[in-house]
Amino acid sequence: MSQGVLAIAEQVDGVFRKVTYEALSEGKRIAGSLGCDLTAVVLGSDVENISKGLGKYGADRILVADNTALKEYMTDAYTNVIADIIGKENPAVVILGATAVQGRDLSASLSARLNAPLAMECVEIRVENDKLIATRPMYGGKIMSEVALEGKPRIVATRPNAMAVAESAGAGSIEQLDVDTGKTVLQFVEKKMETGKIELTEADVVVSGGRGMGGSDYSVVEKLAELLGGAVGASRSAVDEGWRPHSDQVGQTGKVVSPNLYIASGISGAIQHLAGMSSSKVIVAINKDSEAPIFSKADFGIVGDLFEVLPLVTEEIKKLKG
Amino acid sequence: MEIVVLLKQVPATESIVRIADDGVSIKTDDIKWVINPYDELAVEEALRIKEAQGGKVTILSVGTDKTVEAIRTALAMGADEGVLINDPQTQGCDALGIARILAAVLKDIPYDLIIAGQRAVDDDNYQVGTAVAEFLSIPNISMVIKEEIADGKIKCHRSIEGGTVVLEAPLPVLFTTQRGLNEPRYASLPGIMKAKKKPLDTKTLADIGLDSSKVGDAITKINVMQLPPEREGGRIVEGETAQEKVTELVRALHEEAKVI
Ligand SMILES: Cc1cc2nc3c(=O)[nH]c(=O)nc-3n(C[C@H](O)[C@H](O)[C@H](O)COP(=O)(O)OP(=O)(O)OC[C@H]3O[C@@H](n4cnc5c(N)ncnc54)[C@H](O)[C@@H]3O)c2cc1C
Repeated sequence: MSQGVLAIAEQVDGVFRKVTYEALSEGKRIAGSLGCDLTAVVLGSDVENISKGLGKYGADRILVADNTALKEYMTDAYTNVIADIIGKENPAVVILGATAVQGRDLSASLSARLNAPLAMECVEIRVENDKLIATRPMYGGKIMSEVALEGKPRIVATRPNAMAVAESAGAGSIEQLDVDTGKTVLQFVEKKMETGKIELTEADVVVSGGRGMGGSDYSVVEKLAELLGGAVGASRSAVDEGWRPHSDQVGQTGKVVSPNLYIASGISGAIQHLAGMSSSKVIVAINKDSEAPIFSKADFGIVGDLFEVLPLVTEEIKKLKG
Repeated sequence: MEIVVLLKQVPATESIVRIADDGVSIKTDDIKWVINPYDELAVEEALRIKEAQGGKVTILSVGTDKTVEAIRTALAMGADEGVLINDPQTQGCDALGIARILAAVLKDIPYDLIIAGQRAVDDDNYQVGTAVAEFLSIPNISMVIKEEIADGKIKCHRSIEGGTVVLEAPLPVLFTTQRGLNEPRYASLPGIMKAKKKPLDTKTLADIGLDSSKVGDAITKINVMQLPPEREGGRIVEGETAQEKVTELVRALHEEAKVI
């Protein structure tokens, strides 16, 4: 197992997403254990300029497929192009971020096309006697399972925010590829992005509000999230009430988040909610019920009214930041 | 419109999951089994399309004897027929193996549209729907929160990180569901009565022309399952007033936890 590690970058409108650096950093580490090179692959339109920066994360070579037909991620075109690249490069390992927009579909369709093993949403990867072992959550994080990948290439899709980003030197030499997008049927119609919104799964801080918010006015939560450069989350109850969009839901049937700091306010701590945030580094709970189950998972708890506590927290942190 | 829904029966999300003695599966004795929540959205969407455009909804599942309940529930919601692949050899399959079985069955079932859950909330693999589409060489659109069908084409709104994207493709298409697509209906009493008489076909791997000794070979194999580290938790920040508690919390987050 030594023909190299291939890391697939992910960019949206010419900006790399954080998972790109996570996949490269982890890919470099795996390449180090295997004693082989790390090759980055960038697909998109007008992406040569941004691609140069990937050497900083350890890429020895950077393959760039610059084509207007690749401007937006489409499973069919991207799978065709990357399957061709894999055919030529013959990597031992393919690594990419397990995102909704790209990585999850791309890894699953490559796995089916190439009959290659795939570990989805890995949070840890290690090489052991030439074997690749990945740890991934199942049952909404209630179980962690170690999976062994047999076959080639071994595809690992890493959970956003799970892998540390580390800079390291790589030659970073760019190679332009001539690619054929092959037979495609998916048509891009349009894309609507919420500008300035920090994506929940990528945020370092998440401040969530549950049914205890009592209505759709989330200003006390939003102010603290904004001050900390974080994202706003919600429990399913708050989403079901129509107070927050579905995309804000944290939990087993929402998003799984693992920020450095998760602040749960007015959330009781149902098992489905806990599944989505238990892997956060530090959990703070604010709840007026001292018996709320969330306290048993929280590193720090405050028993109190969130409408009194959250603004005080915001003020106190402002003081700290001077 | 011929619609096939790929459905999996899973432990209810409120289940406490415990690891079985073999170390690679879970204890199933006191688990309540339900339709995977994302597949419920798929059944509901299929029924709405059928109600608007006419056609037939077939439920397809790989499972065990117990899975009959889940399929009957979907039939009680209003689906027309069920197909269950029930074969002990499927137990060792990984996601790719299951997808291969489903794709093999789909060679013999007519379809214009296949709807699946984005993932099953037990394995959390996000893999089966996409792999089935790849095996059938049809387009796959995941994480759909809205769809419109007209003139033999489907337009789907996908929920992605930080926004939505709209894609279009000619049928047949496979799409997977995301919450927000619909609110699944409950099965009505007359629905439950009718469901008992609806066709439910049970097949083995041999029946669908697959060599059962090969299908179960997983290339992504679970070595061992572990419970995640127990969170210690439980430090309640004390103080006379809310202000005192908050001052101590912020100090601890800054100086001890170093997260702000
Ligand atoms: C199939 C299925 C899937 C599910 N998936 C998810 C999921 O992905 N994510 C999810 O979150 N849930 C999920 N749920 C729902 C889950 O079971 C709970 O119902 C939900 O998480 C409860 O939300 P909550 O904590 O906001 O509300 P509640 O349980 O009602 O708790 C509200 C809390 O707020 C506190 N409170 C009230 N007012 C104040 C105040 N002024 N100040 C401080 N505290 C206050 C109360 O003491 C209480 O603890 C799922 C359920 C099912 C059946």
